[in-house]
Amino acid sequence: MRHRPRGEHIIRFDSVGLRYGLGPEVLQDVTFALPSGSFHFLTGASGAGKSSLLRLMYLGLRPSRGRVTLFDKDIAMTRRYELPALRRRIGVVFQDFQLLDHLSTLDNVALPLRVRGVKESEVQKHVPELLGWVGLADHLHAKPPTLSGGQKQRVAIARAVIGRPDLLLADEPTGNVDDHIAMRLLHLFEELNKLGTTVVIATHNQSLVDRFSQYSRLHIERGTVVEPE
Amino acid sequence: MLSRRSDLPLKGDATSRFLPWLVALMVYLSAIAVAGVLVLAGLVERWDHDVSGTLTVQIQPVPGEAGELLTEDRVRQAAELMRRTPGILAARPLDKRQTLALLEPWLGSAEVVKDLPLPRLIDVSVDSSAQLDLGAVADRLGRMVPGATIDDHRVWLSRLINLSRTTEWVAIAIMLLIGFVTSATVVYATRTGMSVHRGVIEVLHLIGAHDDYIARQFADRAFSLGFSGGMIGLAMAVPTLTAIGWATRRVEGGFLPSLALPLSGWVVIGLLPVLAALLSMYTARLTVHGTLSRLP
Repeated sequence: MRHRPRGEHIIRFDSVGLRYGLGPEVLQDVTFALPSGSFHFLTGASGAGKSSLLRLMYLGLRPSRGRVTLFDKDIAMTRRYELPALRRRIGVVFQDFQLLDHLSTLDNVALPLRVRGVKESEVQKHVPELLGWVGLADHLHAKPPTLSGGQKQRVAIARAVIGRPDLLLADEPTGNVDDHIAMRLLHLFEELNKLGTTVVIATHNQSLVDRFSQYSRLHIERGTVVEPE
Repeated sequence: MLSRRSDLPLKGDATSRFLPWLVALMVYLSAIAVAGVLVLAGLVERWDHDVSGTLTVQIQPVPGEAGELLTEDRVRQAAELMRRTPGILAARPLDKRQTLALLEPWLGSAEVVKDLPLPRLIDVSVDSSAQLDLGAVADRLGRMVPGATIDDHRVWLSRLINLSRTTEWVAIAIMLLIGFVTSATVVYATRTGMSVHRGVIEVLHLIGAHDDYIARQFADRAFSLGFSGGMIGLAMAVPTLTAIGWATRRVEGGFLPSLALPLSGWVVIGLLPVLAALLSMYTARLTVHGTLSRLP
C-alpha cells in the first residue's frame, strides 16, 4: 500500500456528468474532493445515484463529461493499460457481492492478491488470517452458494480489504448483517482508515451514520452531490 | 500450461465439448493434405532427378523379312553415333526383352504383345554440365539413321511437374482454409465463453486484472482443447495414411511410382496437434484482448 500524506486529495470530481447510452444524465455536475486518509459516508435516497457515483470512483464506468482525478491521474488522459494498476489500489465491496460461485471462500478472497502475482505462500498465510478476523475461519473452503447473505457480505469485504487498498469503496456493506457484525465490520474499516486507507461507505442506514457521526457525509440528491441537511 | 490455475470455470463450458472434435477433423484433413503435398513434392523431385541427364533414342522397326536384322543394324549405328557425340556419357541399347518388361505394367505379358512392331530404345546418359545442342544431334541422327528420333522427356515431365505443382498449391490452399476455419471456430467458442462468464470477467477486471491475465486463462483452455482434439485427429490420420501407403504399394510394380511418406513427413504430421493447439491458443488470446479492449 502506497499511503499518501493525509490531506492530499486522493480522488477529485470536477463537474462530472454521467448518462447511460442516450438516456438522461443520472449524475450532473458532481464536484467534490476526498482527502487522503479520510472516512466518508455516501448517503442519499434509493435511485439518487450512489451506485453510479461509486462505479465512476472504482473505474467501472467512464464519465460522460467532466474530469475525474484519481491518485493524481486524470482518468481521461490515462492509458488503458495503466488502469489495472489504479484499480489495484481500490478495494470495492459490491452491493450484490459479486463473489465467484465456483471458487471457495479462500479463493474468492485471494483473487486480488493473485491478479497481482503475490506468491502462493503469502496468499495461504494472509487470506485465512483475514477470514478468521471476519468470523469465517470455518468456511475457508465453502462455496458462496452455501453461505448466508451475511457470510457472503463478509467474504466480499475480506476480498476488498485483503490488498490493503488506498481507497475502499463499499456499497451497503452492512445491509445483510446483524448489528453486532455490522459494528465489527465498521471497526475493521476504521482500522484500515487509521492505517491510511480512504474509506467511502454508501449506506441507507441512518442509525449507522448517526452512530459514527464523527465522519463526514457525502450526500447525493437527484444526481448531484449536495451539502447534507 | 495445461495445469495453470484458472479463475474462470471454463472446464464445464458447452463450447469445450465440440471444439476438440472439430479440431480433430481439421487435423485429420490437414494430415491428409500435408501427406499429399510431401508425397507429390518427393515424386517431382525423384522424376526430375531420374530423368534429367537422360535421353531416349527411338528406332522405328523395319518391316519385312530382313527387317529385324536391319533394325538391329540401325540401333547399333545410332548407339555408336550417340557415343561419339561430345557430352554423351553412355548409350545403352535395350533389347526386345527389356522393352517388353517396360511395357508389361500397361500391356501385360501375353504372347501376342511379343509380336507387336515395337520401336527399339536406346537409353542415353548425358553429361548435365555439357552444353548439348539437342536439335543438332536429333537432325544428324535423323539424317544418318532413318526412323530414329530423340525423346528428351522434357515435354511430358514438365506437364507432370506442372500438374504436381498445381496439386501441391491446392493442398496448401486447403491447409490454409483449414487453419482459417479452425481459427474462426476458436473465435466463436471464445466469444461464447466470454459471454457466458461475463460476470466473472467483470469482477477480475474491476479488481485490477490485466487483460492478459484473463486472456491467458482462455488461451490455456484453448490450447488444452486444441491439443486433445489434435491428438484425436492424428490418431485417425495415421491408420488412414498407413492404409493408403499399403494400398499403393500393392499396385506399384512400375505402374504407380512409390507413394511412401518420408520420415520427415511423419514428423511434420506428428507436429500437427501441437500446431493446432498453438493456433487455438493464440487465436483465443487475441480474441479476448480484442473483446476486453472495449471495456472501460
